[in-house]
Amino acid sequence: MVFPVIAVTLFGRVLPTWTLSLATIAASNGLVALGIVVLARTGNVSFGQGLFFAAGGYGVALIANNWGITDAAAQMLIGAACGGLLGLVIGPLIARYSGIFFGMLTLALSMVFYGALVKTTVLGGSDGFNVVRPSLFAISFVDPREADFMLYAVSVVTTGLAGIAATILFRSEFGLASLAVRENNLRVEYLGISANRIITINFVIAAVFAGASGAFALMAQRHIDPQFAYWTTSGEFVFIAVLAGYQSVSAVFVASLALELVRSFSNLYLPNTWQLVLGVFLLAVILFLPRGIGSLWIRQRRKSAGVSAETSAVEEGAPS
Amino acid sequence: MYLFLTIVLDGLIEASWLFVVALGLTLVFGVLKILNIAHGSFYALGAYIAATAVTIAAAHSLPPALGFVAMLISVALIASIVGLLLERGLLKLFYGRDEVVLLLVTYAVFLILEDTTKLIWGVNPIYASQPYELFGNVEFAGLYYVGYDLLLIPAAAAIGLAVWFGLNRTVMGKIVLAVIHNEEMSVSMGVRVNRVYAGAFAFGVLLAALAGALTAPKISMQPGLSSDVIILSFAIVVIGGLGSVEGAAIGAVLVGLARATSVHLMPQAELFMIYLIMAAVLMFRPEGLFKRETARRI
Repeated sequence: MVFPVIAVTLFGRVLPTWTLSLATIAASNGLVALGIVVLARTGNVSFGQGLFFAAGGYGVALIANNWGITDAAAQMLIGAACGGLLGLVIGPLIARYSGIFFGMLTLALSMVFYGALVKTTVLGGSDGFNVVRPSLFAISFVDPREADFMLYAVSVVTTGLAGIAATILFRSEFGLASLAVRENNLRVEYLGISANRIITINFVIAAVFAGASGAFALMAQRHIDPQFAYWTTSGEFVFIAVLAGYQSVSAVFVASLALELVRSFSNLYLPNTWQLVLGVFLLAVILFLPRGIGSLWIRQRRKSAGVSAETSAVEEGAPS
Repeated sequence: MYLFLTIVLDGLIEASWLFVVALGLTLVFGVLKILNIAHGSFYALGAYIAATAVTIAAAHSLPPALGFVAMLISVALIASIVGLLLERGLLKLFYGRDEVVLLLVTYAVFLILEDTTKLIWGVNPIYASQPYELFGNVEFAGLYYVGYDLLLIPAAAAIGLAVWFGLNRTVMGKIVLAVIHNEEMSVSMGVRVNRVYAGAFAFGVLLAALAGALTAPKISMQPGLSSDVIILSFAIVVIGGLGSVEGAAIGAVLVGLARATSVHLMPQAELFMIYLIMAAVLMFRPEGLFKRETARRI
């Protein structure tokens, strides 16, 4: 599993510049969506991942501007820590809720954060503020192409590692217990496992992913504003997760890339109607690929080689 | 004292049109179990159609009162047709899928409608202020108000009462309540659930568009209108309890007052306040203020 990550990273050397930044955004969005998939295995969908995305972004931006930490890897860790800490505070509170209430509560919390950010004039209010270009291991990148590649490499490697970690997690005892929570949390409790604790841990993992992703989005844009926490941002992450179809980890990144491609091409050729194209694309995927983009190649693999161990392991993650 | 009265009146005016929007949202959720993100777009659609109708009426030099009536009729007609077409042509294909998938379908509709309104009406602000002067200015306990604004309060109350009466005191309403309560059972009793679905969705769209039409003279129509409205009406129905008419009324009054209070005392905190209330309500009464706990099916 490590080889595809290295291959994709090195492939970045031959890619044209515009695809690099696009792929960086796709990888970072995919990371948040991966967190949603992790959480969705317990049966709960968060509509407020923008909260942790923004927390990571703002945390990194403030530390970068005040203490001068511009190292990309360090920033990524700071973002993950900010998201994770906030997740630790909110997770235990929110784990009691399920279904639509879980979704609404996460949405409400992210909108409270958005409202607070818009109001905070120290943080630039609704305009936000700028941050300096990131460096890596004390090397500063002057050439914009090199800087783009560095960011691409860091985000792809991080996201790839997160994907590998998620795959291991899905196959672990804990991952299987998460699926059991989705099926019937009362029975899980009868078996002596705390369903709330499982949901909390998955929630914190999702928050860590979203926080790290917020750091990447910040490094890519070198600007942050409250839009990071707005409900449309969170909606887009759920959009990617549903597009991917909860079936495989790689599908999340393919879906994220597909969305980014559709968005930039329709933005380029149909500047006034790109949302329309996006909406039609989403409807088409939901209608014709009810189990997500992942079902395209997972079904094929099963036909050709029978049910491989890997496929069956991730297949268990699919909602019935 | 004046400040207090101003806040209460402003809050009630705000609450009146928000209530009509939220009523549609809560009915659609009650019957179809869909949290309709595109609801705000129907509000915007109503407002834009109203503006067009008013402009056309003014161009033919009709009296403003006639323009106002023409506006309401055209909005009601177009909204019902759009609602029926969407439910029968699109939403029907996705019934039985996961709640989240249905939510995303409406999100896709939201995206599509957002651009469609831009294509039809452009991105520049549109005004339809002719009917606003229709009812003159009113002095109320030393405060001067535009008559149109004050009349919104009884208008919303009338709409709410009519819906409540229709649901609880007519055969059709009882059938709708039966579908809300237990869909499978009503199918087996011979209720044509498909028709109830189509009717309820079209009615929800109609209410949103009507609220849009009623507020059109007060505001300027421009892109972004729909995402602001949906985020407010979401808060209202969640505060009141999803699917509850009384809850929508209480939620609308709470949100309207919270909005007016923050506008007068600390502007910009508006959205923050509303969502703080919503989060607090969800924390302590996740089913909303007005919904009885339902037994869990295992």
